[in-house]
Amino acid sequence: MSKHFKLKRGFNIRLKGAAEAVLEDAPAPKSVALKPTDFPGLTPKLSVKADAQVKAGDALFFDKYNPEILFTSPVSGTVQAVNRGERRKILEIVVEPDGKNEHCEFTKADPSKLSREEVRDQLLKSGLWPFLKQRPYGILAQPSAVPNNIVISAFDSAPLAADSDFLFSKEKSALQTGIDAVKKLTDGKVYLGLSPKQSSGVFASLKNVEPNTFEGPHPAGNAGIQISKICPIGKSDIIWTLSPQALVFIGRLFETGKLNLSKTIAVAGSEIKAPKYYKTIHGTVLAGLLKDKTKGEVHERIISGNVLTGTKVDTDGYLGYFDQQITVIPEGDDYEFMGWAAPGVDKFSASKAFFSKLFPKKEYVLNANLHGGERAFVLSGQYEKFLPMDILPVHLLKSILVNDIDKMEQLGIYELVEEDLALCEYACTSKIKVQEILREGINSMIKELG
Amino acid sequence: MKALRNFFEKTKPHVQKGAKYHWLHSTHDAFFTLAFVQKNTSKSGTHVHDYIDLKRTMGIVVLALVPALLMGMYNIGYQHFGALGQLETAAFFDRFLFGLWKVLPVIIVSYGVGLGIEFIFAQFRGHEVNEGFLVSGMLIPLIMPINTPLWMIGVATAFAVIFGKEVFGGTGMNIWNPALVARAFVFFAYPAQMSGDSVWISASGVEKMADGFTGATPMAEAVLGNTDLNVWNAFVGLIPGSIGETSTLAILIGAAILIVTGIGNWKIMLSTVLGGLFMGILLNIFAVNAYMAMPFWEHLIIGGFAFGAVFMATDPVSAAQTDRGKWIYGFLIGVLAILIRVLNPAYPEGMMLAILLMNTFAPLIDHYVVQGNIKRRLKRVQQSA
Repeated sequence: MSKHFKLKRGFNIRLKGAAEAVLEDAPAPKSVALKPTDFPGLTPKLSVKADAQVKAGDALFFDKYNPEILFTSPVSGTVQAVNRGERRKILEIVVEPDGKNEHCEFTKADPSKLSREEVRDQLLKSGLWPFLKQRPYGILAQPSAVPNNIVISAFDSAPLAADSDFLFSKEKSALQTGIDAVKKLTDGKVYLGLSPKQSSGVFASLKNVEPNTFEGPHPAGNAGIQISKICPIGKSDIIWTLSPQALVFIGRLFETGKLNLSKTIAVAGSEIKAPKYYKTIHGTVLAGLLKDKTKGEVHERIISGNVLTGTKVDTDGYLGYFDQQITVIPEGDDYEFMGWAAPGVDKFSASKAFFSKLFPKKEYVLNANLHGGERAFVLSGQYEKFLPMDILPVHLLKSILVNDIDKMEQLGIYELVEEDLALCEYACTSKIKVQEILREGINSMIKELG
Repeated sequence: MKALRNFFEKTKPHVQKGAKYHWLHSTHDAFFTLAFVQKNTSKSGTHVHDYIDLKRTMGIVVLALVPALLMGMYNIGYQHFGALGQLETAAFFDRFLFGLWKVLPVIIVSYGVGLGIEFIFAQFRGHEVNEGFLVSGMLIPLIMPINTPLWMIGVATAFAVIFGKEVFGGTGMNIWNPALVARAFVFFAYPAQMSGDSVWISASGVEKMADGFTGATPMAEAVLGNTDLNVWNAFVGLIPGSIGETSTLAILIGAAILIVTGIGNWKIMLSTVLGGLFMGILLNIFAVNAYMAMPFWEHLIIGGFAFGAVFMATDPVSAAQTDRGKWIYGFLIGVLAILIRVLNPAYPEGMMLAILLMNTFAPLIDHYVVQGNIKRRLKRVQQSA
């Protein structure tokens, strides 16, 4: 039965520059790229070399430890470059589109009539499998596993996030086909988390799912928060999560037999002249897309994703695998005289220690400055306000810092991924790198328990 | 501003590792970061960070202490001229300036010694200087009797910073409230100088006190069975006592600042007061002497109870960390403070000992709260499975 969950804890960062509900076509990208760094813990092995010709759906690389998990090209064209970082770590596999739109052929079928294996193999071969994330740990879904349940959050509550109903209002059949496909992968249920605003609209009309409503500030839209309310993860449980965008891609694949990764993203942030939506393609280069769209008044930071969990990219960088938005904010690399002592009318804060608290509706420009030095944990009770789960974040983080596996397990590391604690990191007085610490903890859990 | 920034930026290379003035690195860094929020931007993790930092947090606590400090200064003058029997002739500003003159050296010694040691430790550890002492350095003068010799304050501060804090790893790692460690140090190390009625009134060189003037604190009077308290004077702070603890009114203003800004924990303040009231009522019920029979609520306005509840018990590092733990921790401080105060005549002020004791037990309280959380979480997963 559909349930309504009212979450009190959490926080909305009121940023300036939300995307207006206007859709435009982005210029055809000069290049697209996949970034193995979008997947924590992945060891990529290349399947192509530079200058190879690929079609949309041809594998570019695969997971060394699960070779059946392929990462395929979103477009047809030429492999332009394999960009590497320190110690020859693969950062980007860049494909230059040839404009011919050649596709690999996959099975065109109603997924509800296919077997689990057929659906799974189709997703693996087409390169859509990596859209499935596995909990605990937020890693690539294991093809051999059968998850207890699948959880999809239909909305993104992060700052300046794209509005899912706007993005997918015309994708109803693809969404439904996508759900029918992933339904095959589990013996349990497919849960769909809705925001109160979505009680009517495209997501509310989907069938074959168990809808629940989540009301409250960010992180109410995070799959992890929703899981903790509907089907909490224990030691031996497996939950898979995926985004509405992934459902659409999967739906299109089964409906047409082709890989079609065109998608709509929000371009937002205080440094964008006219924030709105653009139709583009998965993994697009940002150079053409952002041309003449930023204000260029200050030193800018371009983020693929949102300000809490996104990745900093250069102008010639690429849209991240899971990202549905680009955010541009001021870098803020300036000194500020006695900044900590100012009354702070213009300084947005989750604390009550600034006069900006008197303007509860106003939207603010936030820059990427740390606004203080890194310190040990000094305050207590701060993180709990931003995590709507029965978890003690500081105690968990301290158990990670001393690498106490038992304690991590008991204090709830199975239920968390970085995005769930991102608000704590934002609000932290001591500027502690919460997400980095959590990932370290997850890595030691994986190493210890396999 | 620009000239100051240029100065800091220009001198920065000279204090880096290997440079001639490297030994000044922590000092340079401390003053640079105090004057300017640095230009460092987020390298990983979230791209935006809250404007709040430890400097602002500690700055607000110091701000909240200012009313108690000013009232304390005035009261020192008030008591002084009262002892001399010249209260009528000394104007408001005379009283205040006398207090200022007496208190300023104490503050300078406390900050000078404490920050000096902090800078040295930061230098050796390669850390930034932590803001924690900005508050401790103000708390220490406020909880000392005015007649504490300056050298004693210096020694106590050094002891508190080194053995109360730095041996544990600095701010955030300490077990006890450093300022209370300083207070406990003078209390136990120099009992001869730190007890009796003469330490509370700055009246050195006075041949003869005014008639009827003893200089005893209300608590010392109460131990003797004299519980006839001038409630208004005790509330406003015109009674003998440590520099900053006498004015409940000023402390309440500070408490309001801490609660409105969310910097001080209202749960600890409230539970401490509740604990104190509870014990006070209990003592009233079973009263066998005058002190036990003293109206229970009067405990809140005498001695260091209010100051301790608002500024000492709420120290986030040495208090309980969990929400439920904070309620238990605060309540027990209140109970113990009144219990020690009334039933143990050797220690007229129970607040210091109660807080230090509960600082010690805070990790234990937290341990049980965390265990409760673990059990609850385990049960929840089992139920859903």
